Amino acid sequence: MSAPSPDNVISHNRLTRALIYTALILFALYSLLPLYVMVVNSLKPLDEIRQGGMLNLPQTWTVEPWLSAWSTAQIGVQPTGLKPFFINSILMVVPAVAISTIVGALNGYVLTKWRFPGANIFFGMLLLSCFIPFQIVLIPMARILGILGLAGSIWGLIMVHVVYGIGFTTLYFRNYYEAFPTELVRAAQIDGASFFQIFWRILLPSSGPIIVVSVIWQFTNIWNDFLFGASFSGPYSTPMTVALNNLVSSSTGVKEYNVHFAGAILAALPTLIVYIVSGRYFVRGLMSGAVKG
Amino acid sequence: MDSRSRLQELVPKLVLAPSFLIVLVFVYGFIAYTGFLSMTDSKMLPSYNFVGFSNYAKLWALPHWWRAVSNLAIFAALYIAICSVLGLGLAILLDQKIRAEGFLRPIYLYPMALSFIVTGTAWKWFLDPGIGLENTMHLWGWESFSFNWIKDRNYAIYCVVIAAVWQSTGFIMAMFLAGLRGVDNEIIKAAQIDGAKTSTIYRRIIIPLMRPVFLSAFVVLAHLAIKAYDLIIALTGGGPGQATELPATFMYSYTFTRNQMGIGASSAIIMLVMIFSIIIPYLYSEIRGGKR
Repeated sequence: MSAPSPDNVISHNRLTRALIYTALILFALYSLLPLYVMVVNSLKPLDEIRQGGMLNLPQTWTVEPWLSAWSTAQIGVQPTGLKPFFINSILMVVPAVAISTIVGALNGYVLTKWRFPGANIFFGMLLLSCFIPFQIVLIPMARILGILGLAGSIWGLIMVHVVYGIGFTTLYFRNYYEAFPTELVRAAQIDGASFFQIFWRILLPSSGPIIVVSVIWQFTNIWNDFLFGASFSGPYSTPMTVALNNLVSSSTGVKEYNVHFAGAILAALPTLIVYIVSGRYFVRGLMSGAVKG
Repeated sequence: MDSRSRLQELVPKLVLAPSFLIVLVFVYGFIAYTGFLSMTDSKMLPSYNFVGFSNYAKLWALPHWWRAVSNLAIFAALYIAICSVLGLGLAILLDQKIRAEGFLRPIYLYPMALSFIVTGTAWKWFLDPGIGLENTMHLWGWESFSFNWIKDRNYAIYCVVIAAVWQSTGFIMAMFLAGLRGVDNEIIKAAQIDGAKTSTIYRRIIIPLMRPVFLSAFVVLAHLAIKAYDLIIALTGGGPGQATELPATFMYSYTFTRNQMGIGASSAIIMLVMIFSIIIPYLYSEIRGGKR
């Protein structure tokens, strides 16, 4: 983002400035409130939560809810905690992100540097596929996964996420490579470099930023996905979001709010960390889907 | 042309071919298949008995579906309007040479990184009268304070709006901020030389220049609203009763729990039509605009 424009300031009046700051801080509090409530209450014993006072700091600090959410809480029928599901999510996310990013990079390379008739139609089809409501593919996908023998497996989920992720990754790489000088590619071609050599030696070394954008976007989307996880996962492939929902909405027994919160934070942690570490790229990824340039 | 260079010619197409096939089958083929199922009498399993448009007729005769569609209308209208107004307002305030901008911006934006399931879990509790906000206000001595919207059939949908707005406003703010920073300074300077007040400049020049951003924000938010599923599941489960049912949850329950696959498929087609009628004109104008 560029520097602020020279003088677009509404008023230098002190009172107005104070009001502006107040409004901004109030919204920041609203933004932080749910996270604060979750963190604070995940560190309280259950009877302290029942007394109310959700905004108060814990009187007795405890990490018990965190340990319980991680390794002993009842999820479905098994008292396994969220740990196995966290691992499932990682096993699902890492290959799905890697494959969809590689495919997207190659697609973007072909679509910009090896144009052929019909390429734009293909790109239009791909672009439109980014926006479909996934409800439209649930029924046939369940059938196909069954036919392929992937129903309920992590590989099935990986396949689903790759299939519906390549639209976005191709979009990113295509827009990025569009600005890359085609002369360099042509020159290398005349020197006898092959298709993959050009990609590997010329385009890839300068693709750092867009790889980061694509990886972050895919990581956040796939980690946070619920619909595909709920529809296509089996007992041994359930991802974190689905397990969290099972934990929170299970109707049996006492509602252990503190454990629910600890679990919710555990589910949010990977994407939050990614966001904190590379927020700039995160925003860029979100926006290039929406705003051009 | 020797065989080696002919092979070289083929490589790019071979690289693209798998993606092409995948999109053709898994997106457009699947859409066609769901479209076909929506015209059959499929119940628990797909059936190939063609029944024409009777599922659509049944669908639009269902009060449950009407509830889902009218909920979507309320939800989408409020969600889009509030996010846009708050997002633009915040962006303008944040563009006033605010010293803490680098500190505030990430705070506004982080909810977008969270899963809707996490958001739903947090807000469900916060909005719960027994243990959340209402209870806290009572403990603070405001005995008459009442906030039980999430338990109230007529108001529960507004709770969904509150949580969804919380999640998306920061992102819309970032879009508007990028738009504001892209405004040509010369225009503002010229208006200032003409003696226009800053508030007038905003109203007459800057905000009208934000039209493309408004359009993008509308498209992003509308398509998120139509797809909204996770948040409903985590926050209200569609209830109380059917008070927060949306097309996305309707489709899922009719297809997979009520074993009315034909009707479920026809509701999915309606969702697709809703999204395409927003996205296709937008993409078309974007792509044509991009060929300046």
